[in-house]
Amino acid sequence: MTQAHRRLAFSATGVLFAILGLGALLVPFMTIAANRIVEGDGMRIWNIATPSATLPGLAAVVAGLLLGLPDNMTRARLAGAVMGLAGLVWLLVQGAPALLEGAGAYARVSPATGFWCLLGVFLLLAADALAGMAPGPVMRAELLATAVGVLAAVLWSGALSDLSIMQEYASRRDAFLAATWQHLGLAFGSLAAAAALGFPLGILCHHQIKLRSMTMPVLSFLQTIPSLAMFGLMIPVLAWVGATFPGAQALGIAGIGFAPAFLALVLYALLPVVGNTVAGLAAAPQAARDAALGMGMTPRQRLWRVELPLGLPIILTGLRIVLVQNIGLAVIAGLIGGGGYGTFVFQGLNQTATDLILLGTLPTVALALTAAIFMNIFVDLTRTSTDARND
Amino acid sequence: MIEIKGLTKMYGDVKAVDDVTMTVETGTITVIVGTSGSGKTTLLRMVNRLEEPTSGEVRINGTSTLSVQPHILRRRIGYAIQGHGLFPHHTVARNIAAVPNLLNWPRDKIAARVDELLELFSMDPVQFRDRYPADLSGGQQQRVGVARALASRPDLMLMDEPFGALDPIIRARAQDDLRRIHTKLGSTIMLVTHDMDEAIRLADKIAVMDAGRLVQYGTPAEIITHPATDFVADMVGDVERPLRLLSLIPVSQIMVDGPAEGAAIAADASLRDALSACLWTGRTAVPVERGGGPIGHVTLDAIRACAEFQP
Repeated sequence: MTQAHRRLAFSATGVLFAILGLGALLVPFMTIAANRIVEGDGMRIWNIATPSATLPGLAAVVAGLLLGLPDNMTRARLAGAVMGLAGLVWLLVQGAPALLEGAGAYARVSPATGFWCLLGVFLLLAADALAGMAPGPVMRAELLATAVGVLAAVLWSGALSDLSIMQEYASRRDAFLAATWQHLGLAFGSLAAAAALGFPLGILCHHQIKLRSMTMPVLSFLQTIPSLAMFGLMIPVLAWVGATFPGAQALGIAGIGFAPAFLALVLYALLPVVGNTVAGLAAAPQAARDAALGMGMTPRQRLWRVELPLGLPIILTGLRIVLVQNIGLAVIAGLIGGGGYGTFVFQGLNQTATDLILLGTLPTVALALTAAIFMNIFVDLTRTSTDARND
Repeated sequence: MIEIKGLTKMYGDVKAVDDVTMTVETGTITVIVGTSGSGKTTLLRMVNRLEEPTSGEVRINGTSTLSVQPHILRRRIGYAIQGHGLFPHHTVARNIAAVPNLLNWPRDKIAARVDELLELFSMDPVQFRDRYPADLSGGQQQRVGVARALASRPDLMLMDEPFGALDPIIRARAQDDLRRIHTKLGSTIMLVTHDMDEAIRLADKIAVMDAGRLVQYGTPAEIITHPATDFVADMVGDVERPLRLLSLIPVSQIMVDGPAEGAAIAADASLRDALSACLWTGRTAVPVERGGGPIGHVTLDAIRACAEFQP
């Protein structure tokens, strides 16, 4: 009896996902609108195309939800998540051209609440199953590469090109590419600048308590400035710099554009970088630090041989926080002409074109997620090479 | 020879170490014992300038420690601490090689030295060389910590409660190891502890610290039989005194010729062990052996005479 019971045990999260997923089937899966600005009509999953076209996708979604139910079968649950995601893509691919047929030249189809809910459910199911498998850093890197590769292949194939967001992309291909580079430049450039400033500052703060007690409150204060206000504040400051110092304008320093956005991101990034550097350097066991001092290491030798290697995981965690934070914050740069995906978000807001907003938002979310997972893998790799190795 | 002259350390208005003067002979083990807050660790840490003296000086073989840069000074002095202080991200071999690396020894000389030290501490080099500290037991970690302090063959070794974190059985073994290694290497050792048993077991001379002052400096026997102050007497303990005194004297010292009944004890065992054997088996004498053969015996009367207070 107990054995049979155990064999049929349900995962609590799996049940929750199944209930949410089945509920999401009842709300509109896609919308069809007369043009890119007006609100569309919601279509339920069985209305988006002929039954023979929708059935395989619907079956995959339901099967995916059911596979997510059993406890202790993480591989089956992961397979369910993958099957469900494939079903969702199938439904979009079948639904978009079917809905557009005879709907007019300016008609647009978009994924709707039902799609986004199911997407969330299957991503959470995948994350839950993966957490149960506890994959090592290498396997996680492979999974990440696979996920990115599959997503790129689906987008590249043109199977989804009938969707409104892809049409927004198609009409802005060059601008999108430029925005991508600007966004990466803002996020990674400010990270590099914050690291170049923050590491030495953190090392100084580690040694000088007085400097630390002055620096940390200032950096904390910077962090509390609302992001919109911070970007706004940069405008007069850099406008003054550009106007006052000869040659500054030639370097691109002006009140609006890339420079003020970059500076604002660097200021936001300093607290996590400096804070985690100080915390990381202090993380070496007290006895090890005392031994290093007592055996005659110079301050520089203690830093490089003991404190930095032992603090590296914490310092890298700071960089991860900064990277994810800056990828998100860089959207606001669009408001002051700094470029990046924010450009589409604010254009879309002005035009009330939801899919244009999504064209700015979705790549930002994907980029932040990818960066977070990548940095986590990196932190784990350094941790296994510095930590106690008991196994 | 280490000469400590008028050494004082002030923290604000508090005298942590108050005008301590003492001389440590080359090749001996000197144990500094006291309660917590007595200034014993501060005194030790002023020898390798982990604490800078407020006044006074330390001379090692005639040279003032103030004439050398602190980190250069420290590389010449072994330093072992409570909780071993091993670097968790370095292997056993790299931990032991830390000071030779700072001194830029050639690679093969370092490798040979690491293996030599591991063998000295009864740890198979092949098995332990590439392990990390977290893979070792507490006793093994402590041995690697002491091996690291010995790596560059320092003439002087400072040990700050090196066995404080070990359980009693492993601690006794570590103390035996230290005596054995000291006999073999002959370096000068200054060791800090709060444990009078440890002091009596290890020391050639004991320095008792109380409230920053050196209240008595003498051989274990002197400390036990003629405590200079009530504090020293308290540290030794009234009840324990005769037994501690017996623990200092080897059986061979009062052994007489002739056989005795029952199980024998080793010639280098202490009179305390002999007394215990007498009491437990109800004998008035126990035979003494060396190398498996009987060489004489000790009597209970003779043991009792040794334990008696002689003013």
